Amino acid sequence: MLVLDFEKPLYEIEEKINNLKAMANEKGIDVLQEIEALEEKKNNIIKQEFENLTIDKIVKIARHPNRPYTLDYIERIVTDFTEIHGDRVFSDDHAIITGFGYINSQKVAILGHQKGKNTKDNLYRNFGMSNPEGYRKTQRVMKLAQKFNIPIVTFVDTPGAYPGIGAEERGQSEAIARNLYMMFETEVPVVVVVTGEGGSGGALAIAGGDKVGMLEFSIYGVISPEGCSSILWRDTEHSVDAARAMRVGAQDLYELGVIDEIIKEPLGGAHRNYDEIAGNVKAFITKSFDELLPLSKKKLLDKRWKKWREMTTQFL
Amino acid sequence: MALFRKKKKKEENKWIKCKGCGDTFYVEELEQNHWICPKCSSYFRISANNRIKITADEGTFKEFDKRITTKDPLEFTDLKPYKDRLKDAVSKTGNKEAVINGVCTIDGEPCVLSVMDFAFLGGSMGYATGEKLIRAVEKAMKLRIGLVIISSSGGARMQEGILSLMQMERVSAALALLGKKGLPYISVLTDPTTGGVAASFSMLGDVILAEPKALIGFAGPRVIEQTIGKGLPEGFQRSEFLLEKGFIDVVVERKDMPKYIGKFLRYFSENVKK
Ligand SMILES: [Zn+2]
Repeated sequence: MLVLDFEKPLYEIEEKINNLKAMANEKGIDVLQEIEALEEKKNNIIKQEFENLTIDKIVKIARHPNRPYTLDYIERIVTDFTEIHGDRVFSDDHAIITGFGYINSQKVAILGHQKGKNTKDNLYRNFGMSNPEGYRKTQRVMKLAQKFNIPIVTFVDTPGAYPGIGAEERGQSEAIARNLYMMFETEVPVVVVVTGEGGSGGALAIAGGDKVGMLEFSIYGVISPEGCSSILWRDTEHSVDAARAMRVGAQDLYELGVIDEIIKEPLGGAHRNYDEIAGNVKAFITKSFDELLPLSKKKLLDKRWKKWREMTTQFL
Repeated sequence: MALFRKKKKKEENKWIKCKGCGDTFYVEELEQNHWICPKCSSYFRISANNRIKITADEGTFKEFDKRITTKDPLEFTDLKPYKDRLKDAVSKTGNKEAVINGVCTIDGEPCVLSVMDFAFLGGSMGYATGEKLIRAVEKAMKLRIGLVIISSSGGARMQEGILSLMQMERVSAALALLGKKGLPYISVLTDPTTGGVAASFSMLGDVILAEPKALIGFAGPRVIEQTIGKGLPEGFQRSEFLLEKGFIDVVVERKDMPKYIGKFLRYFSENVKK
């Protein structure tokens, strides 16, 4: 398991507590006072380090190698899930997962970026960076969802669409543009969860929904903080300034009226408790379904247009 | 030729250097030649105002939504405050945003024309740019005429963060509504059309026309080179390359563009006959 620098004090103290408890069990000695003292220390660390996370730490948590990814959510939220593959034209893109299943008893179509859990897996998943085929696969699923009247749930977590020769040859921009068009046009409810990194157009391609929730320590931006630093500051030293200036955190986006809800994470981040975060994500999805599923197609589309038509107009 | 040019060199700012051949030319000469180099045939990047002049039928262009502009809601500062960059862009171009909207006729066909201005912060799309594009779509729906957008843009405007990214979905959504009304949208791509503009409305035209040799793509060439660790082939991400790969319909010479726009507006119009 990978532990980030600023997480170390927390993990160290948790280890101490666990060791002490084990020792107490083994030898039957009373360590209650010591444990209480350590627990208090732990709570102080959590308060200091995690209650008001600065944007540089939020960026690190959003990209935490242990962070739960789309398949982790599917495993915990979706029953009877079957993945489907391929864009029917060129290939299957492993950076995007698509498939069907159930949430509670409700049928759902799932679209989500998928990062890898280790180097080998990441090469297979292309670090969650989709080629045009990935987006075209989601277009197929959107059409199927509409045809069979199945609401769509998307999980957004990508550094961005892949910038490669093949991606350009096969129309990366057309693929993303078509997704934006279709996500708006599709006549079934679309619920979006930004789970980690919402990297630019490659993220937005599956994020144009009726309800957009964002995990507390996820980020979402027009360009990566590093990319912004290198273009606007002309060096690589200012990525934290860039992240702050662009306001990429969930709280920022909520205040700017771009997302509908912030999904609370376990203390220290989603990677510290997969079941807890999956539960919170599921609650957001079911709540959104309760609101969207009863709407007629016309009402749903009118409401969707109103949402997107009004977005950012408060700043005019 | 050399003699002719020497004579007029008194007014320095009336001369422009060609990036293709390095020669300098008198503005009026270029203007008469549709801003194409008389010597090497390179296309000059042109302002939105000049683009309108060579596209809309003379005297027909009526601008609307002229006053819409951005207000720097993020109070963004990098090496320079965004507010200052905006002021510079406004004084340099005389426009308040990176796109100009108007109603006009092109080759005799009435349409809404939106023209992006690369000179205005690289033609980047902010929330006011997006708003203007949506209003252009809405105007076309109201008047029941076609829409023509001429793109020239580096993509979304970083200084507006997520607000600029959202414009990609907003404008695409508006175009989906236009499509449902059966009204045509002609997308014209000029040098350069990249990033979030390429990956949204620019690539959504019922037909997509492009000027020769324009740079068109999602990722910039430099980003791709850095990612793959090698140089890019000649002509990569140029109009002719996209035509070959199947992503644009026709590469059209600048002088012929109004004629082509007119053709497609007629093909797709509600009138049965020409
Ligand atoms: Zn020249």
